[in-house]
Amino acid sequence: MTMMFPKDGDLKAGLRKADGLPAEPTADLFTPEPLEASVREELSKPAPTFWKEAMERLFKNKGAVVSLAILIILSVMAIVGPSMNEFTYREQHIPHSNLPPKISGLEWLGFNGKDVTGTDVYAERGVETNYWFGTDEFGRDVWTRVWKGTQISLFIALVAAFLDLLIGVVYGGVSAYYGGRIDNVMQRIIEILTGIPNLIVIILFILILEPGIRSIILAMIITGWVGMARVVRGQMLQLKGQEFVLASRTLGASDARLLRKHLLPNVMGPIIVTVMFTIPTAIFFEAFLSFIGLGLQAPLASLGVLIEDGYDAIRSFPYKLLIPAVVISLVMISFNLLADGLRDALDPKMRK
Amino acid sequence: MNQNILEVDNLHVSFKTRNGAVPAVRGVSFSLKKGETLAIVGESGSGKSVTAKSIMQLLPKQNTVIPEGTIRYEGKDMLKFSNKEIQSVRGSDISMVFQDPMTSLNPTMKIGKQIMEGLSRHTQLTKKQARQRAKEMLELVGIPNPETRLDAYPHQFSGGMRQRVVIAIALACNPKILIADEPTTALDVTIQAQILRLMRNLQEKMDTGIILITHDLGVVANMADRVAVMYAGEVVEQGTLDEIFYRPQHPYTLGLLRSMPNLDASRAQPLIPIPGSPPDPSALGTGCPFAARCPYTMKVCHDYNPGAVAISESQAVRCWLQDERTPPEHIPAEIKEGRRSTEEAAADAEGVTA
Amino acid sequence: MTTEANQQAAGGASGAGEDLLVVKDLKKHFRLDRKTVLKAVDGISFSIKKGETLGLVGESGCGKSTVGRTLTRIYEPTSGEVEFNGMKIGGRIDRGTKRRLNHDMQMIFQDPYSSLNPRMTVTEIVSEGLVIHNPDMKPKERDKRVHELLELVGLNKSHAGRYPHEFSGGQRQRIGIARALAVEPEFIVADEPIAALDVSIQAQIVNLLKELQKDRGLTYLFIAHDLSMVKYISDRIAVMYLGTIVELAESEALYEKPLHPYTQALLSAIPLPDPDKERTREQIILSGDVPSPTDIPSGCRFRTRCPFAMDSCAAVDPVFREVEPGRQVACHLYDPEIMAKEGRELQHQ
Repeated sequence: MTMMFPKDGDLKAGLRKADGLPAEPTADLFTPEPLEASVREELSKPAPTFWKEAMERLFKNKGAVVSLAILIILSVMAIVGPSMNEFTYREQHIPHSNLPPKISGLEWLGFNGKDVTGTDVYAERGVETNYWFGTDEFGRDVWTRVWKGTQISLFIALVAAFLDLLIGVVYGGVSAYYGGRIDNVMQRIIEILTGIPNLIVIILFILILEPGIRSIILAMIITGWVGMARVVRGQMLQLKGQEFVLASRTLGASDARLLRKHLLPNVMGPIIVTVMFTIPTAIFFEAFLSFIGLGLQAPLASLGVLIEDGYDAIRSFPYKLLIPAVVISLVMISFNLLADGLRDALDPKMRK
Repeated sequence: MNQNILEVDNLHVSFKTRNGAVPAVRGVSFSLKKGETLAIVGESGSGKSVTAKSIMQLLPKQNTVIPEGTIRYEGKDMLKFSNKEIQSVRGSDISMVFQDPMTSLNPTMKIGKQIMEGLSRHTQLTKKQARQRAKEMLELVGIPNPETRLDAYPHQFSGGMRQRVVIAIALACNPKILIADEPTTALDVTIQAQILRLMRNLQEKMDTGIILITHDLGVVANMADRVAVMYAGEVVEQGTLDEIFYRPQHPYTLGLLRSMPNLDASRAQPLIPIPGSPPDPSALGTGCPFAARCPYTMKVCHDYNPGAVAISESQAVRCWLQDERTPPEHIPAEIKEGRRSTEEAAADAEGVTA
Repeated sequence: MTTEANQQAAGGASGAGEDLLVVKDLKKHFRLDRKTVLKAVDGISFSIKKGETLGLVGESGCGKSTVGRTLTRIYEPTSGEVEFNGMKIGGRIDRGTKRRLNHDMQMIFQDPYSSLNPRMTVTEIVSEGLVIHNPDMKPKERDKRVHELLELVGLNKSHAGRYPHEFSGGQRQRIGIARALAVEPEFIVADEPIAALDVSIQAQIVNLLKELQKDRGLTYLFIAHDLSMVKYISDRIAVMYLGTIVELAESEALYEKPLHPYTQALLSAIPLPDPDKERTREQIILSGDVPSPTDIPSGCRFRTRCPFAMDSCAAVDPVFREVEPGRQVACHLYDPEIMAKEGRELQHQ
């Protein structure tokens, strides 16, 4: 007969012990010492709460942390930037038109006040003041306009995202929670809305209303909330059948309590992620509308308006396009990376 | 005596996680003979499934480490196999049946094609022959109208029928070993009985060695020749079916058997549960992993994890109660009794075979 | 099911003790689309006495969980009468009745992982019933009560501030039990409370449920597919197949001598954790699968898999009749009229 146990023939083989103990247990250890009953129910160590753990995971994600830092810096600049020098975003000063960027000390970086042909325009025209990002064709300070534009773009995006959130959560929540015929009707409405190409809806909307911040926001949310509503509805439907929700219902919890205590806290993660993805889309959309001339009108500045202006003069004054383009790219990449990081951090599947 | 076709020796498997390596299998050794059924029993997280998957090398490569151990199939160490060698063994010499018949079939492929896929990869059969063989396999696993069913899609089958198809696929190439990972857990009892009987009949016909992974001691009693009981990544006891059920030597095995109600037992007789919960694999100490839940824990158990000791030709246990230094009065009667009768039983068995 | 059956069911259940719950011809149908109706529960009648445990067994899809959820009013019943503690709770019910029901009838769920809200602490989970039914209770008192409840189920107050994911399956199930007990219910529907637990943990929960019943006079409806545990915990057992009860009997009697062919097959199909018995016993192995509850066979629902099926089985619905005191079966083999018509011998006198 062959042995069934290839190696572990005796107690010594396969024996494991803590470091620093004699290799062989001594005879006095063979005395009964059962554990207390209460010790058996002890939990190892307090595990972090969901949000704390999610934040920890987020901060381990380098891309997300860098993005967050960039976004904070850009937001601060969007608020304080326009008032950092004596110019305003609308003040025209024709003699100082089309000056290239010049910052003393940063000449080596290209902020040397020289135009594409290499002539120092500041010296040539005898301009004393330095325009950090240069000026446009009306002599308006680009620095001020870029940060003012960032401010307006961010404002539009945030307000649009917030309204999307509000409408989407309520619509999706009602649709999923009450279900049945209500859900059926509400879903058909969504299908109709998504069936119409949203660009057409938005363009028609803006043509009817005066172009301006308010109408752009309105145009964006008229179809924008659909995505959020779908996310919320899907999540809620899934949660509704979960046993903890049923348990709360058998305890007699009211609809409000169910929504507040059980459903909403559990859809917070996907909601936050969806909002974070909505913001860059809104910024891009605003820029796009401005670029095709349906956005804000001069002298108001948004990143889209600035890019459009800069695009016209790309050959002779590339800085006019380059600077707002860099800012909008940074904003969009950062929001997307941060949203990605949040999604990974909040996704329950990532939990071990 | 039959030769071992599979020998697993001192197998260790760990998973890499954010918080370092977590051991899932810690020094598992067992062997399988031709035509025999070895049941690996254990609770969730005991490492039984990981052991099975590491034999088939189905664990995700990027986060699995196998620091030690060998898996010898017909004498060759499978852990040293190249990808190509593994693929030639997988599905032809060793195949696997999974728990969930709903997800183990490709929903977009006709089942005839799914059976023939393995055949065309591992055998020289022509397409026509392969189809014929697929039909035979469906007939063998008891699917009515096999000819027409070959062209059906998985969703046209019920759960029990799907598991039959899965078994047909697994056995199509006449494997020497079938690894069945909880093959009936997702099925109802009456369907489970069908599938278990089918597996037994096919085993007799094809002389397949079966490794049956399960948590259900009833299924074990119905199917197994030998049993390995796993706890916290270790085989704490192994032996023949009768040894494990009638002469258990490890307190965990004993506890499992006592915590199950017997259909004959009276309702007044309370069940004896094992207190506490299974240990967290990432927080295992160096002592015996069962010490926290064991009613017979000694001082030594907290710091020293015992190795396996053979107490008969076929039974081995990892427990300090087997050590001669343990005071005899501390050894529970059930274990003492079991030990004595093991020797007698061994003597009896010798007498019968002679 | 016919009216005769209902009368019998109601009459047959009378015995010692007071009925806490009487169910007559309860139906729950789900409309899947315009053409298909899923008859999850299709006319069942039974009663449960105070302090008793009724086991409800059957395979997946037989409607046993739907029964539990309809009783606790998670689902609205399609038709039928339910009387609980003297209250009629079958059809539409008013707010006050609902409130009392939410207080007196509680549920323990199957999946210890999805039955606790991952964003709430143990205290919040266990005290939810107290907050709803006893809003004037002071937070301090409430905490004290939560600690008592945790101790009752074998946990302690150090667990109160923790979140569900820190606990093992068995511990979570005990938290679920504490939540149900917080409102001091009389009747608990336990929907497969041990199915998702490890073998070594199952006995812990079953023992806990039995102890609680002894100390607090609880009444249980214990839903399960694991017949060995059901036998151990139940006084009487109802066996369901495709939305109906096919047999109802004292648990000992049911196991000793199952009457319905389905019960016989179900019992013989459970693998016993005893190798000697497994080697010697004869298993009845049913052929085929359970038909879909959207497409129920005519006559006896079990006839497509029944080894004893006769002509009458397809034509006539079997009556759920009492064949012995306290024992009801829905099978033609025990119906003298049908058997006389078929010219066969009655199975049971």
